[in-house]
Amino acid sequence: MPSTPAPETTAPLLPPGPLDALWIQLGGTLCNLQCTHCFISCSPKNKSLDLMSLADVEPYLVEAERLGTREYYFTGGEVFIVKELEAIVERTLQQGPVTLLTNGTLTTLERATRLAEIAAATPYSLEFRVSLDGFTPETNDVIRGRGTFERAMRGVENLVSVGFLPIITATQVWDPSENLNVIAGFSEELRRRGYDRPRLKILPVLKMGAEAERTEGYADYERITEDMWRGYDASLLLCHASRTVSGRGVHICPILVDDPAGSIGTSLTESLDRPYPLTHSACYTCWQYGSICSNASSAPADGGY
Amino acid sequence: MTESSSPERVALFGGVYSNYLALESVIDDARRRGATRLYCLGDLGAFGPHPDRVFPLLVDANVQTVQGNYDHSIGHRRDDCACGYTDPKDNYFARISYSYTFENTSDRWKDWLRDLNPSIDIELAGRRVHLCHGSPRQTNEFLWESTTPDPFLRRLFRDHETDVIACTHTGLSWQRTVDTNLIVNVGVVGRPENDGCTDVSYCMLTAGENGIVADQVRVAYDHERLSAEMRSEGLPNEFTETIETGWWKSCLEILPAKERARGKC
Ligand code: SF4
Ligand code: SF4
Ligand SMILES: [Fe+2]
Repeated sequence: MPSTPAPETTAPLLPPGPLDALWIQLGGTLCNLQCTHCFISCSPKNKSLDLMSLADVEPYLVEAERLGTREYYFTGGEVFIVKELEAIVERTLQQGPVTLLTNGTLTTLERATRLAEIAAATPYSLEFRVSLDGFTPETNDVIRGRGTFERAMRGVENLVSVGFLPIITATQVWDPSENLNVIAGFSEELRRRGYDRPRLKILPVLKMGAEAERTEGYADYERITEDMWRGYDASLLLCHASRTVSGRGVHICPILVDDPAGSIGTSLTESLDRPYPLTHSACYTCWQYGSICSNASSAPADGGY
Repeated sequence: MTESSSPERVALFGGVYSNYLALESVIDDARRRGATRLYCLGDLGAFGPHPDRVFPLLVDANVQTVQGNYDHSIGHRRDDCACGYTDPKDNYFARISYSYTFENTSDRWKDWLRDLNPSIDIELAGRRVHLCHGSPRQTNEFLWESTTPDPFLRRLFRDHETDVIACTHTGLSWQRTVDTNLIVNVGVVGRPENDGCTDVSYCMLTAGENGIVADQVRVAYDHERLSAEMRSEGLPNEFTETIETGWWKSCLEILPAKERARGKC
């Protein structure tokens, strides 16, 4: 359940900026899984946002190229549900690097192989971010569903076997003091499965959607105030130089993609020119943690310190 | 008839990372090949030993120097290098080299670093050449080959009103022509290129009839002496092994897929 925005008078304004990154909500809110912490409550039946086709994506790619976009992120929902995924990735790689965010459970060897061929034919990088919760079926499957740990790990093995170096992201559902153990555990598991250069990234939990029901949701005081904004480096926020597109139009960020407050028209170019009020409680999490969605790993590969 | 003069050559050095031995070798090499102007694109400290030994070499050879993120931090007596790393392990190694470099850079050279310019604009073969550290818009932006697409570069050329961009900061050299413009990441002279070869490299720009040609020149130097000095200064094994093997041992987590796949870490 989305939390209510605070009165706009107190909200700092995100200044207009360039379009460095374009996020594409390819899988809409449709996913083969139904994780308890999913911040936009995706499920096999949630058609709030539908899948996108190549034809849906094309006009935004044309606009993004003109705007000098640096990189492209595909997310959902689950991107591997999209039948045209390979064609859309191939088309996008003509104009820039692509990152796919996936739960890994549908990443067959056949599809990984085709994507590796596509990636080899372009000068730009194709990255994968595979989401898990914890490094064992016990920690992962209570959140993501039975058998999903093993299926996701198969997906990782398939990607690794064709030469990709996927970034494994884990939402932090454990106590922060456990971080180093969790990281060491993950790395060991991945090496055992043939991934000898694991890349890991830990994401903070966003208390929205299904997650708000699972835990307490955001308290009212968790908003960015003018005081917090003063002297803050706005470039740390995901919305600073990026926009998100879905079947419904342009949104300020992937976090608010299913919230009416995040909708900002149908033109990328126009959406860049107007200052956006950071009223949402999710903005508070961004303010605390910075850009949680970039590719950089936040964990050591071998616990070397 | 007058004999046509040889084409003008400009040498561009990337991050030095306190590798004064490599710097000495590349300066010699560039002079021998006829470079009349020498530039360094910044990041004079990090990784290597005895940071103060770099500065006299630059001054004596009249190398005009751009301020890198490292130089800005050391010069302003900041408490971190602002390298733009987002990974705890990268930051761990960055902190070790930063505090070593900070302690061993004398005040006189800290002031010198503080007063450097964040970019230098020159002209060559009638074309505007913009020398910067990370990117023209941000000192610590990483311009990797596989994540710097043409449409984005067109925006940079337009916004910064230049025909040629030369940068460093990533440690890996590459170049690309976009329309009639040229982007060159000149690599670094401070450490090898993560390809198993211990040489370092710099970029030579040659003014030709059809504009500017950029060549990446590899240079061997006494890397064994450097690693011995690094060991006796107590610098981490990850740094010395990189110098000895030509493979990065402390890999940047921000290294994109294509570049990372070519290395070993
Ligand atoms: S968190 Fe990811 S995998 Fe889980 S339901 Fe949401 S979109 Fe699907
Ligand atoms: S949720 Fe984060 S990324 Fe989205 S508008 Fe708020 S601050 Fe920006
Ligand atoms: Fe740098």
